[in-house]
Amino acid sequence: MAVFFATPLGVLILMVLEALAILVPLLIGVAYATYAERKILAAIQLRKGPNVVGWFGLLQAFADAGKMLMKETIIPAGANRVLFLLAPMITFTLAMIAWAVIPVNDGWAVAKINVGVLYLFAISSLGVYGIIIAGWASNSKYAFLGALRSAAQMVSYEVSIGFVMVSVLLCVGSLNLNDIVLAQRHVWFCIPLLPMFVVFFISALAETNRSPFDLPEGESEIVAGFFVEYSAMAFALFFLGEYANMFLMSAMTSILFLGGWLAPFGIAPFTWLPGPIWFILKIMLCMFVFIWVRGTFPRYRYDQLMRLGWKVFLPLSLFWLVLTAGFLMATGWLPQGAA
Amino acid sequence: MITMIAFYVFAAILVASAALVVSARNPVHSVLFLILAFFNAAGLFLLNGAEFLAMILVIVYVGAVAVLFLFVVMMLDVNFVELREGVQRYAPIGAMVGLVLFVELLMVIGGWRFAPAMPTLRAAPTQTNVQNTAALGDALYTHNVLLFQLAGLVLLVAMIGAIVLTLRDRSVSRRQVIARQIARSADLSLEMVPMALNAGTPATSFRRPLPEPVAHEASAAHHGAVHHGEEH
Repeated sequence: MAVFFATPLGVLILMVLEALAILVPLLIGVAYATYAERKILAAIQLRKGPNVVGWFGLLQAFADAGKMLMKETIIPAGANRVLFLLAPMITFTLAMIAWAVIPVNDGWAVAKINVGVLYLFAISSLGVYGIIIAGWASNSKYAFLGALRSAAQMVSYEVSIGFVMVSVLLCVGSLNLNDIVLAQRHVWFCIPLLPMFVVFFISALAETNRSPFDLPEGESEIVAGFFVEYSAMAFALFFLGEYANMFLMSAMTSILFLGGWLAPFGIAPFTWLPGPIWFILKIMLCMFVFIWVRGTFPRYRYDQLMRLGWKVFLPLSLFWLVLTAGFLMATGWLPQGAA
Repeated sequence: MITMIAFYVFAAILVASAALVVSARNPVHSVLFLILAFFNAAGLFLLNGAEFLAMILVIVYVGAVAVLFLFVVMMLDVNFVELREGVQRYAPIGAMVGLVLFVELLMVIGGWRFAPAMPTLRAAPTQTNVQNTAALGDALYTHNVLLFQLAGLVLLVAMIGAIVLTLRDRSVSRRQVIARQIARSADLSLEMVPMALNAGTPATSFRRPLPEPVAHEASAAHHGAVHHGEEH
């Protein structure tokens, strides 16, 4: 068996299996994230939520998927057909390929690359293309407005996400995600870098176009924003992409600040659970906060959104970066030439 | 073998999409082909082991510059048929520029080819025992920090210039001052009016302007009530 997996064909099969091992749980997770979101929002608003399809409505997600598959994909007249259909595919694919570098346990990643953080940052910054192309190709004013809002919003919040990542990297001395988690064995970065943790999480909300920063959709002003014209499976791909992006941002938060697969405190009762379970629990915690925020805060106004990004988060993260660098330099704790 | 195939795939798509950038009819398609070209260039960097440069190319050019570029091109209403009329006239100049660039590239690569020892003669030779991310950081921030800072200053000047050219203070725009909103308290915006039972409503005038947020609140609230009683 081991010999077979060393041959080129075996390597290829192994790569496909590894990819499936991360994508299948992810997609099932996405299906249940939609269910969880409806149930949690229902609990917040004193409703029952989906409770008809299956026990406690557990099959609701699959019923929805079936409905989406049955419907007709409408392509508006005057739309750019190729780009119109390409946009949801881009969104969905980008949300999937980022998972290649996420380490689920020590060394458990499909691709163990040295610039993992940069790869994640690059992929998350590409997410805007799906939206902007969808908005333009739809040939609709609402969709276009949504796309423009999204482009400005995502570019703005990426800047502070970048600085937050650099402050984490300063404490680690490596761009490898595995090393970042291992550097948190003694203390999770959410404690020494607490302000950066908060900035990162809020920017993650903006980066995934989630409430309270869901202006690109803004159904009370621009109908449904960039995906007004989408129906059936094309719409479903946007929907799945949004949730997969939320999972990705939760995973990034867990890896950068919550110690990835590490158990809290690293002592007996906590270490009984294996690493991947801890990682999943942390992702679920972040997802819960994503949904909780949606149930709690009203949508930001556009100028307030820009103010928060450029006048609050950018100076704060820049200041904290300099502070971190100065502190590490002064105490001599700066990690030297790891990697 | 696989590297060879990957190289030719990346290179072929790169050249083809670069050609389409120039020849596409729709400017938005041009920008999208430009993005495809960036991606394939990043792939070529990766094949040469420059993973840091590849990622930075994607983050900076594809993730930020091209987004803004696309943003502008989508909003502009440029008549590209008109622009295209000059193509015949300017083609020789474009060809000249291309030729000069090509010769320069040949000279650089030729120097490398015929004097392989050349890279070791540099002031800060490439370290071989560290990753290229660390080597780049060392070159930029340790050996050439002054040049790096100067380049940053040039960009800062350009940025300030752009802001100065576009920023004008429009006194009509309503600006939100969050500090003032937070500083508001109940006694600045609420007033208790004594009302007798079955005596009808006095002119409480809920639409009166708010008192000044500074200092003498007490007197302002008092005056306000009197003032508005008269208005009605």
